[in-house]
Order: sequence, then structure tokens, then C-alpha cells
Amino acid sequence: MARIYIFKRFERFWHWTQAALIIFMLLTGFEIHGSYALLGWEQAADLHTTAAWTLIGLWLFAIFWHFTTGEWKQYIPTGKNVFAVMNYYSVGIFTGAPHPFRATQLSKHNPLQRLAYLMVKLFINPLIWVSGLAYLYYNELAATKIAAMTGLNLGTIALVHTAAAFMMLIFLIGHLYLSTTGHTPLAHIKAMITGWEDQDEPVRERSTEGARAKAARAS
Amino acid sequence: MRIGIFMAALTASMLLVSAAHAASDPATDKLLKSTSDHTKFKALQRDFDSGPEVTKVCLTCHTEAAKQIHKTQHWKWEYRNAQGQLLGKKTLINNFCTTPVTNEAACNICHVGYGWKDDTFDFTSEVNVDCLVCHDTTGNYRKPAGLAGNVVTKAMEFPPGSGNIIKPIDLKKISQAVGKSSRDNCGACHFYGGGGDGVKHGDMDSSLASPDKELDVHMDALGLNFACATCHMTQGHQVPGSRYAPTAQDKGDAHVRGKEYTTNPTTCQSCHGQAPHKKIAKLNDHTDKVACQACHIPTYARGGVATKMSWDWSTAGKLWPEGKPLTKKDAKGRVIYTAAKGDFVLGEHVVPDYLWFNGKVTYTLRGDKVEKSDQPTRINHFEGSPGDGKSLIWPVKTMRGKQAYDPVNKTLVVPHLAGNDDTAYWTNFNWEKAVATGMASIGAPFSGKVDFLSTESTWPITHMVAPAKDALRCNACHASNGRLEKVPGIYIPGRASDHAGWLDTAGWAIAALTLLGVLGHGLGRVIVSKRNK
Repeated sequence: MARIYIFKRFERFWHWTQAALIIFMLLTGFEIHGSYALLGWEQAADLHTTAAWTLIGLWLFAIFWHFTTGEWKQYIPTGKNVFAVMNYYSVGIFTGAPHPFRATQLSKHNPLQRLAYLMVKLFINPLIWVSGLAYLYYNELAATKIAAMTGLNLGTIALVHTAAAFMMLIFLIGHLYLSTTGHTPLAHIKAMITGWEDQDEPVRERSTEGARAKAARAS
Repeated sequence: MRIGIFMAALTASMLLVSAAHAASDPATDKLLKSTSDHTKFKALQRDFDSGPEVTKVCLTCHTEAAKQIHKTQHWKWEYRNAQGQLLGKKTLINNFCTTPVTNEAACNICHVGYGWKDDTFDFTSEVNVDCLVCHDTTGNYRKPAGLAGNVVTKAMEFPPGSGNIIKPIDLKKISQAVGKSSRDNCGACHFYGGGGDGVKHGDMDSSLASPDKELDVHMDALGLNFACATCHMTQGHQVPGSRYAPTAQDKGDAHVRGKEYTTNPTTCQSCHGQAPHKKIAKLNDHTDKVACQACHIPTYARGGVATKMSWDWSTAGKLWPEGKPLTKKDAKGRVIYTAAKGDFVLGEHVVPDYLWFNGKVTYTLRGDKVEKSDQPTRINHFEGSPGDGKSLIWPVKTMRGKQAYDPVNKTLVVPHLAGNDDTAYWTNFNWEKAVATGMASIGAPFSGKVDFLSTESTWPITHMVAPAKDALRCNACHASNGRLEKVPGIYIPGRASDHAGWLDTAGWAIAALTLLGVLGHGLGRVIVSKRNK
């Protein structure tokens, strides 16, 4: 069985810290929203803010890392194999077909992952950050002409922030589940922890036809 | 020898240092407080038979004092607000004792004058100004009810024939001990508004005479020990901070020496400024919407004295079969019914009501049309809205009551309550007679019929400021059904009624469907893998 080093040390640190912060902020955020009482509002609001600043700090490092290492290219969307991957998750996974995508160091995410993560990075995250900072600095914002001109109020800001939080929650549910879909349920998670991914076949470029053929054989 | 000189110098310098810091013995303390010792004034070394005699002497030195008093609300009992309404005890009708009019002998013991027994009182008289009620430091000064603010210098039976003897006071001693007004001076009237201790305001009662820190962080007798005038910074006898001229929102900075201010010096901001929270800066983001008092006065009537929350005059007049007026007390021994006044609801540690307040208060005046309906008539009404840029969320006491009105002319009425005459309600328990006398005294029409009307009045809560540790915590308002549940026009994180229902429904629904979807998917994988084994 081949092993391939996919996730670098910083990447893993960034991923897991971010994961912990996001889960914690979903928990505290929905408490601030008023969905339930867990830590107490004051504690929740306080910790949510601290976690937000921590995540912003982490993100500054992560952005720096993405650009200096060229890892940002991992998120360039590709149309290639999208349908094959979709087909795998809807049919092949039940029939024992192999995954049509094989991770390499240059291309560690399958086409669906690329799309999903890009959407998180370019849409959900910015939405959370912008609305969150506006939420935090609402008083300063309200004192400017921007608020008066746009009719922006705290209710609208909170609405956007909450909507973005729901999107993040939904992403998280899907992401957590899909992390169990490696060749063993814990394979992807292990890889994300150690950096090394087990691969059951030698690395080679695989065509959709090959995958289909193997799927057909298995069924 | 050298050591001896050194020691002597050291001792001398220590003595000098202690002299410079000085002032720990009572005599020096007294000396440094005032340039005048009133006991040494020849004019005060005599007996006085009446209050005006003392005033006459005061005015020989303080030549302009009475003229200053004549210009104050404390003297005039009149105030014209920005809307042009004539306010003040002289004309207003409230839903406590209603009005001093025709009850002057009893009520006007709280006038800063002598002898206002009816509408013939001379408001231009200088000797009728009562200096002592505000400047007595002995605590022995008394203005007994029924004597129109006059004092008693020789033991007298009052009311005549009652066997009740009023002890005289020593005006000589009192006049020689005058000083700055203390909480006791102001409190002698303001703690007892509405006819008894704590009755009216809820945030002012006799417990503030010597409060601890928990009750009032500023007036804390063993701490900051503020007098009323520390905030109500009086100049020329004009006391700022009247509720007739409230400052709902003070956008100014803390007042510093050397600058001139025209704004109300009584506000919290006039000392604390706009960003008083140093440890938790986020709290400063509240000061543009929430009055300081809203969080820093968690409850009122906290000092062990109950305040009246409602007063139902319509049940007054119940007598025992033998004709004696009925009185009821609650389990704690507090009076909750008297024949003279009707039923009361008392409250202690009361959570205020909260509303948007912009400083404008509109009153229902004598002669204004009132209508009996499901909605109580508003004796006064705090105006304000979330969007007017002038309002803050204020804590208030809402006083509810039922009081006499004229159902034909549809006006509030002046009832003649106190007096030893045939028409006073407290003597004969007849509303029609009492109101006829009251309305005649102001030349107002009266149909002869009396009915009772539900009324409501609003009182700002601004005293009994608790120490920071006892201020409200976030979740008091950042919650559903919290203290600000009914305050409209503002988004409060944590208050469910502010949520966009569609977003929460859609958000949770999609999240749940996603979860179901992945669980189903996972179940499928489990089943398939078992089958393949």
C-alpha cells in the first residue's frame, strides 16, 4: 500500500484549529442568536468574539501560506471529472466502485471538494467576516454615512450573519460526513491528522472510463 | 550633639508635615468648612416665636436669598414645560393624593415657606421664605401637618381638642446650626412624596438618608457619601435636575473645571462621560440607546421601604359598623387599605418598566377631557421613539390607580380631602361634597356626580444606583422575555421576537435535511458493505 504525504504541517494545524473554532463559534453564535441557552449569553458573546479574533489571526497566516506556497491553486475549479465524482457518491460508493479521483500533492482535492471549498472561501467566509465585523463594530458603522445611506441596521447585519452561519453549519454537516467516505471511514481523517494518505493502488492518472469499467466489474 | 540637632530637625519637620496635612480634629474640620460660625451671630442669640422671625434675621446678611428663592420651583410650585403646559403642584392632579389644592394646611408643609394655607398666600413675601427647612443641620426642625408649613415654638394641642400635643422646637438652637443642605433636608419632603415614606417615587425613600453601598453607590454613607446637591448642583438656589425638565439623553462629555456648561449637571454623563466602561468596552456600545439607569438600577425600592404601585380611591370610605374607619394590613404589617385613601398595592425590589424616552412629558391637566374606557387615562405620558435620535431606553415606575372624576363634564377633579370642616373627605367620607368644595375653589364646573377612572402615571427611575457588580448582566435583556421584551424598534441579539422567522425555519430545516441525507447515505453504505461480506 502506497502512502503519499498530502497535508503539510501548517495546513493540518490550520485545518484543525479552524475546525475547532468554527464548531465553537457555531455553538456560541446560535446561543447569542437566542436559539438555546448553554454557556450563558454573556459568556457566549465574550468567547464568540475572542474566537472570532483568533480565527481572523489564523486566517491571516493561512492566506499568507496559501499564496507563498502556491497552495491556492488547489482551489481552482475544474470541470473535469465532476460528473464522475458525483456519480461515484450517488452510485459507485454503494456498488464498491473505486473513487474516480486520486489525490496527489499537486491536486489534493477532488473536483467537488474544489468547488465546495472555493465556495466556503469565496462566499461563506467573507460573508461571515464582513457581517461579523459589522456586527461587532455596529456603533462605529452607525455613526458613519454608510449606514445612513444604505439604511443598514443591526437587524440586517444580524440576518446576514445568521444566514452565513446556517450555510457554514450545512457545509459542516456535509463535510463531516464526506470525511468518512475514504477507503475506510477514518482514512481521510487520519490523513488530515498525520498528513499521509494511504493509497490502495499505485498513483497514476485514471480516466473516467477506467473507473466506470471497475465499477461495472464490481457490480 | 550633631545627632541631637538632627533629631530635633527631624521631629520639627515631621510636625510641619503633619500640620500641612492637618485637619483631623473636629475643631479644625469645622473651621475649614465655613468662614462663619452662626452661634457667634448676636442676631441669632435670642428666642424666636415663629419661622418668619428667623428668616428676617437670615435676610439681614443673606440679603438676596429670599429673592432667589422666589424664582424657584420650590417656592412657586409652578413650571411651564417646553410644550407650554403649566405644571407644578399648584395645578397638577396626580394619581397619589391627587392635589394639594384645598388641602394646603396639610400638604403645604412641604412648601419652602410659612403659611400657605389657601390661595391668599403672598408669594412676594420675603419673610415667608423658610430657610431652615433646607439648612437645618440638627435634624430637629419640624413642620407639623395641618399648620400650613408653620412651625411650633410653644407646646400646642393639635387638632384642637384631640389631646394630641405637638412638641415645640428650639429655633434659637436650630438657627445657630444652619449649614449646607444634606440628604436629610431634601429627604424630609422628597422621601415622603405621595403622603408617606417611599410612596411616590420608588427610587427615593428614607432608606437613602444613610444608605449602604449596595443601595446607592454614590450616597453610600460610609463611602462617597454624596449629598443630593452633589449631583443636583445648585446655584443661586436653583436646583437642576427636575423631572419636569428631564434630560433623557446627554450626548456631552464629562464636565471639567474651567469650561462652561449649559447642560444639565445632574446626568450620569456629566461626570462619567460617554464611554464609562473601562473593563468591558463593548458596554460603551450601549450608551447611545440605553440610559445608564436601565442597567445600573436593577430594581427600585431596595432599601426596605415599600413604594405604592397602585392606589384605588374607589374603595375608600369603608367603615366598621360602629363608624370607625376600616384599616387593613398585609402579612408584613404594612397598611394596604385605609378608609381615607382606599386600597394600595405595595412593592419592594420592583423591576422597572422600560420605554423609549426623549425627555418630553405630556400631562393631562385640570380641565382636559378624560374618557372612561378600557385604557387608563394617562396622568402623564413619556414620549419617545426608537428612531427620533433623542430617545434612550429608560427605566420607569408605572403608577396605576383609580381616582375620582366628573363623568358628566369628563374632567379630573380636585377633591377636598383634609380639613376640619364638613366637606373634607377625610372627615365625612362623602365624595360629592368633597369634590364640590375642591372644584369650587378653582372655579371649575362640577356636575355633582363623581365616578372613578383608571389612571396611569410614569416616574423616572434614576436614584438607588447600584455598584457595578450589581448592575444587570447581559442576559437580563439579551434573551427572549427579558426586561426589554416589549421595547420596540431595536434589534436585540438573543431576543427571539427580532428574528426573521423564515431564516431560522429555512436554516434549521435545510441543516436537518442535510443531516438526514448524509445519515441515509451512510446507512446505505453500511447495508451494502454488510451484504458484500
